[in-house]
Amino acid sequence: MKKTGAQIFIEALKMEHIDTLFCYPGGATLNITDALSSSDIEQIVVRHEQGAVHASDGYARASGRVGVSLVTSGPGATNAVTGIATAYMDSIPLVIFTCQVPTMLIGNDAFQEADIVGITRPCTKHSYLVKDVKDLSRIIKEAFYIAKSGRPGPVLVDIPKDVSAALGEFKYPDKVNIRSYQPTYVGHVGQIKKAMKLLASSKKPVFYTGGGIISSGASNELIKLAERLSIPVTNTLMGLGGFPGNHPLFLGMLGMHGTYAANMAITEADLIIAVGARFDDRATGKVDEFGHLAKIIHIDIDPTSISKNIKVDIPIVGDSKNVLKKMLDIVLEDKEDFGNYSSRIAQWHHDTEKWKMDFPLTYGRSGLLKPQYVIERVCELTKGKAIVTTEVGQNQMWTAQFYKFQKPRTFITSGGLGTMGFGFPAGIGAQVAFPDALVIDIAGDGSIQMNIQELATAVQYNLPVKVIILNNRFLGMVRQWQELFYEKRYTWTHMNHAPDFVKVAEAYGAAGYRIEREDEVDKVLKEVFKNKRPTFVDVMVDPEESVYPMVPAGAPLREMLLV
Amino acid sequence: MRHTISVLVENEFGVLSRVAGLFSGRGFNIESLCVAESLDPTISTMTIVTSGNDAIIEQVLKQLNKLINVIKVVDFKDVDYVSREMVLVKVNAEERTREEILRMTEIFRGKVIDVSPKTYTVMITGDEGKISAFLTLIKPLGIKELVRTGPIAMMRGDKTIKMREKHSKGGEDG
Repeated sequence: MKKTGAQIFIEALKMEHIDTLFCYPGGATLNITDALSSSDIEQIVVRHEQGAVHASDGYARASGRVGVSLVTSGPGATNAVTGIATAYMDSIPLVIFTCQVPTMLIGNDAFQEADIVGITRPCTKHSYLVKDVKDLSRIIKEAFYIAKSGRPGPVLVDIPKDVSAALGEFKYPDKVNIRSYQPTYVGHVGQIKKAMKLLASSKKPVFYTGGGIISSGASNELIKLAERLSIPVTNTLMGLGGFPGNHPLFLGMLGMHGTYAANMAITEADLIIAVGARFDDRATGKVDEFGHLAKIIHIDIDPTSISKNIKVDIPIVGDSKNVLKKMLDIVLEDKEDFGNYSSRIAQWHHDTEKWKMDFPLTYGRSGLLKPQYVIERVCELTKGKAIVTTEVGQNQMWTAQFYKFQKPRTFITSGGLGTMGFGFPAGIGAQVAFPDALVIDIAGDGSIQMNIQELATAVQYNLPVKVIILNNRFLGMVRQWQELFYEKRYTWTHMNHAPDFVKVAEAYGAAGYRIEREDEVDKVLKEVFKNKRPTFVDVMVDPEESVYPMVPAGAPLREMLLV
Repeated sequence: MRHTISVLVENEFGVLSRVAGLFSGRGFNIESLCVAESLDPTISTMTIVTSGNDAIIEQVLKQLNKLINVIKVVDFKDVDYVSREMVLVKVNAEERTREEILRMTEIFRGKVIDVSPKTYTVMITGDEGKISAFLTLIKPLGIKELVRTGPIAMMRGDKTIKMREKHSKGGEDG
């Protein structure tokens, strides 16, 4: 029996085991929207298309599954672009369905027409315009496969309105066969052996691990290998949660706002083992001096990440989990080289410990309520087990520093693109994936206003995300740069016309709280974490608190401004 | 350093803009680009001439490979290859220069493919050296218009570009 394109779309989603769709309607979606009325796929209708893509992104990051969104043509599609670019930079598997004007109108400047395939070409892993209903199921199959395989990323599928109306056979392909796309999962044995030889002779090794640990599920292998050889570990922002935040071997995050110990370890190391990390400028500081004493082993599934910013000595293209497992096997089999490795690097261990002791993350406790204290209490009260999203800026860096993440996929943040307004819709998506989990968005008073409309979505679907607004009446991170590099001229960054966030929450039908003093923090947070409603907590913090340590842009990592 | 690169791509709409967009988006240099269907009608061959230091060329090759529609990328740097370009030149053909143009065209084994009372349109094919030599000689006679295809290239001897190996061989970074 023939089905419409819209029905084929729904059947294809079922074949991909997709049970949740983040969406927003428009003229071009109507065929699909109508067909979904009798479907059991859960449909979360957001308030802005950017929110739909961020929510599907949060869903994907929290669950490890592909996030799916559907928006209309023209402005619906262009509103989704920031969400798509965010997922692309952080390698998150999404399939974004945009609806398009009918094929015969494409190119005519039709009402609500935008060349969304063209617009998103540089920020998608791949994209499709479906021109014929007979291609629809194959394209959907390929889109899901491409999104989640290799280095994951967003794939866009543009469906014209006449294609969703047209009749066609539904035959879902069993297999994908794309001759031009064959990702490499298995690391080259010779390269791995070379790497292990180098490791065995190193005296100051450090693991530098990123989001690849999370996406490949390599956390356990990393922990085992690090523990077995007592190798200290630093994470990028994207890698947090991939190694337990309270582990004795953990140095903390590296980079611009990294810990003293992590940045010194990179500076002094004789071997850096980079796993699923891409030597981003915020992590490396001045590239010429990044690990300048060290040999570098780089494990990554994407060959373009290797030797892009920094020339490495031993490249290994492959899946992080697969490669780390093989490395671990070599260590376990080979008593010779690694027999007393831990004791051979004891001095190094002593050095890194001393850096940790001498310069821990800290902040002044006098005067006004400190945002870092709030994060510390959130961490303590949730035992480091909540799913935490962030917005972008100081709120993000303080969360990365002071919340000790224990497990992969519990820290959800826009790392590469640095998208303000990401955290709240992403939190909504994470809450959809885990309805019983405690989901917290650590926000700033600036960022939260960039997707504040999603409060209506949270209330409508009873998604009890807790938004903790570190309200400093500033766009704090930019203000901090103005303080340090522009003689405190706080141009544009003073947010002196913010709304009353408690009243905003209440107006939307959510709960609102305010914290003004340190002694209120625990009491209010405990209450907030117990309630079952979407909640805003407006926390009035020290307006001019800054994030430290800080490596000025372009400086080497060892040149840290401490508190 | 200049590199001539062959890129085998799926013969589908939008692929050219993916490749061109990659070069512009990442600030890679593109000196010429030539594209048409290959022996297999489902595949197009692009010949791209680009320049950059080793690190940049390495990124160019990897980024091209990363595009989903790209089947195979070959840098002709390390292989023996032949390369040819075609140029059409519209030259002022006055009475006193007509003979000279025809003589040059013959020496360079070109062809006059169009004639008007005041111009000859000459077609020359060859490698870069030959074409620039011809243009240097013909320039004083007055070139009205010039169109070049950019080079296309192929391996010498019985070697051909093998199709199967898009996947990097597992360990090397290429």
